[in-house]
Amino acid sequence: MRPEVALPVLLPLLSGAISLLFWRSRPMQRFMAVAGNVALLIVSLWLFVSTLSDGYVTMQMGSWPAPFGITLIADLLSAVMVLMTAIIGLAMGIYSLATTGRGHEKFGYYPLMHLLLAGVTGAFLTGDIFNLYVWFEVMLVASFALLILGGERAQMEGAIKYVTLNLLASVIFLTAVGLLYGMVGTLNMADIALRMDEAEHTGMVEVLAVMFMVAFGIKAAAFPLFFWLPASYHTPPVAVSALFAGLLTKVGVYAMFRVFTLIFDQTMGYLQDIMLWGAVFTMVTGVLGAAAQYEFRRILSFHIVSQIGYMILGLALYTPLAIAGGVFAIVHNMVVKTNLFLISGITHRLQGTYQLKKMGGLYRERPWLAIAFFISAFSLAGVPPLSGFFAKFVIVRAGLEVEAYVATGIALAVGLMTLYSMVKIWNEIFWKSLPEDNLVPETATPTGDDGRLLKPSLWMMYLPVMVLALSSLLIGVFAEPIMWVMTGIGDQLLEPRGYIEAVLGASASAEDVLLDSAVATDEEPKADAGEELP
Amino acid sequence: MEPLMAVAIGLLYATAIFMMLRRSIVKLVIGLMLLSNAANLLIFTTAGMTRGAPPLIAEGMMQPPSGVADPLPQAVVLTAIVIAFGVLAFAVVLIRRAYEVVKADDLDKMKDTDT
Repeated sequence: MRPEVALPVLLPLLSGAISLLFWRSRPMQRFMAVAGNVALLIVSLWLFVSTLSDGYVTMQMGSWPAPFGITLIADLLSAVMVLMTAIIGLAMGIYSLATTGRGHEKFGYYPLMHLLLAGVTGAFLTGDIFNLYVWFEVMLVASFALLILGGERAQMEGAIKYVTLNLLASVIFLTAVGLLYGMVGTLNMADIALRMDEAEHTGMVEVLAVMFMVAFGIKAAAFPLFFWLPASYHTPPVAVSALFAGLLTKVGVYAMFRVFTLIFDQTMGYLQDIMLWGAVFTMVTGVLGAAAQYEFRRILSFHIVSQIGYMILGLALYTPLAIAGGVFAIVHNMVVKTNLFLISGITHRLQGTYQLKKMGGLYRERPWLAIAFFISAFSLAGVPPLSGFFAKFVIVRAGLEVEAYVATGIALAVGLMTLYSMVKIWNEIFWKSLPEDNLVPETATPTGDDGRLLKPSLWMMYLPVMVLALSSLLIGVFAEPIMWVMTGIGDQLLEPRGYIEAVLGASASAEDVLLDSAVATDEEPKADAGEELP
Repeated sequence: MEPLMAVAIGLLYATAIFMMLRRSIVKLVIGLMLLSNAANLLIFTTAGMTRGAPPLIAEGMMQPPSGVADPLPQAVVLTAIVIAFGVLAFAVVLIRRAYEVVKADDLDKMKDTDT
């Protein structure tokens, strides 16, 4: 019984439920937005410490033995992702207090935020592939509702694309889960991994692997399936944009890391090239798309796509070092990308627009904001000694080791293009003086997204921005201990035996397998599956 | 039974994709609905269709006799149906709101946010 695995899922659900109970009480909902996320951060730290010392922390729901019940399992990767989710969640909880208009608060912004976080942490912690689908849906439904909060035309148009493509991805995922169950007769991921190793190799395994790749590729916004993202992420209230940018696509990437290291590790030889080039094109198209934009949030949206490429490149290279680099990229990107969106919210409040051409002069007015942007933007581009540099450095090094020179070269060139976009934003917003025709230097009259006046509470927006900028700096400064954790993740992912044993018990006991064979009649699982592992 | 189901599922998928490729958002949602139904039927079928053998454990036995129907996909399908229903309800409300705002049942008129 290890409650720390279940608590990161239960706490946001609880906070969401409490917020729902206090539907009419705005102060209570705002209090829960902070308190609930502080609690989430604390249990995430607890989980992280436990996984650091034990390697794996598991819990069987309802005490059903492993392949039958639903398993919650945290390895280092899950624990790190949950920790990052909690950090982003808390930052958003504070930031939303200042930016969410009363209209949005009335329509359940805070409960939805908690439910979204529950879906995300649930997806990170589950050890059951159908349960993963369920958490994806929890997350998606919450994100749908958040996306259309306010109901403006742009939001509706963006939402239709977002909803359609994400539902399509879900159905592909569900279909693949169904076929997988038909093949191996189990839904527990560790058990699937065990039986995949002995299932005879028909073409079906490759088909399934590709279906999972497409489904998660859509959710992660990988090339050529990313176009829903730049069409929708710049439409909702800015806090929602930031939350999505920090969390949602990363869940897709996480699912890819999990599925392709645990279940389809043997098809990687076949898929590696496809994934590698998918990653390269993701990087390039994202960064080129951003170069053409002059709207703050659209530029950032395209850069989400581009950065996803680095993470998938880490997976596609498929060495422990590359995977460590990929996860490092995820961690770095969650911090930095969220922060850039938060900064875009502040500049929007200060100057009333997201159009770069109409903004300017902020370096003189708000030097600290300029510094926070500088740190985040140059970290995104991979300038040392910030967090992005080390993520990129590890991936490039891993790429050179396996002699993927073209992909590595492109990854470096994309870094340069990212720098171009960031410098463009820097020049337009902070460096040049405010254009004459901008009529909004009405700095101290902030309005919420629905246009109603809010209390001037700019410090609530500054606080998360400064903390996140600082953590980007700190990730860069303390790169070595972080890299140590990332190396641990790389080793764990490429040696799935530990994961399987943590779920199924040390010997994957023959008794369980015997019992299984009675249920899954159309398969012929060998009786002593556990002993046959390499 | 299985071949018949396979054909039915294939037809459902094909119809769904055809509907989703139309320009009308109403047809788009109908396509989504058919697609989730197709996936549910697929799960139901791939696990094997066994008739007249409920997975009951006789008294005094520890496990069911071999050859019984697998109850798990049915539980899975139930969950999937419920999820699909909730999501569909959302999608229907969404297209209604979108129609109110855009005043057209046409995806080609919804390109403002594309780039």
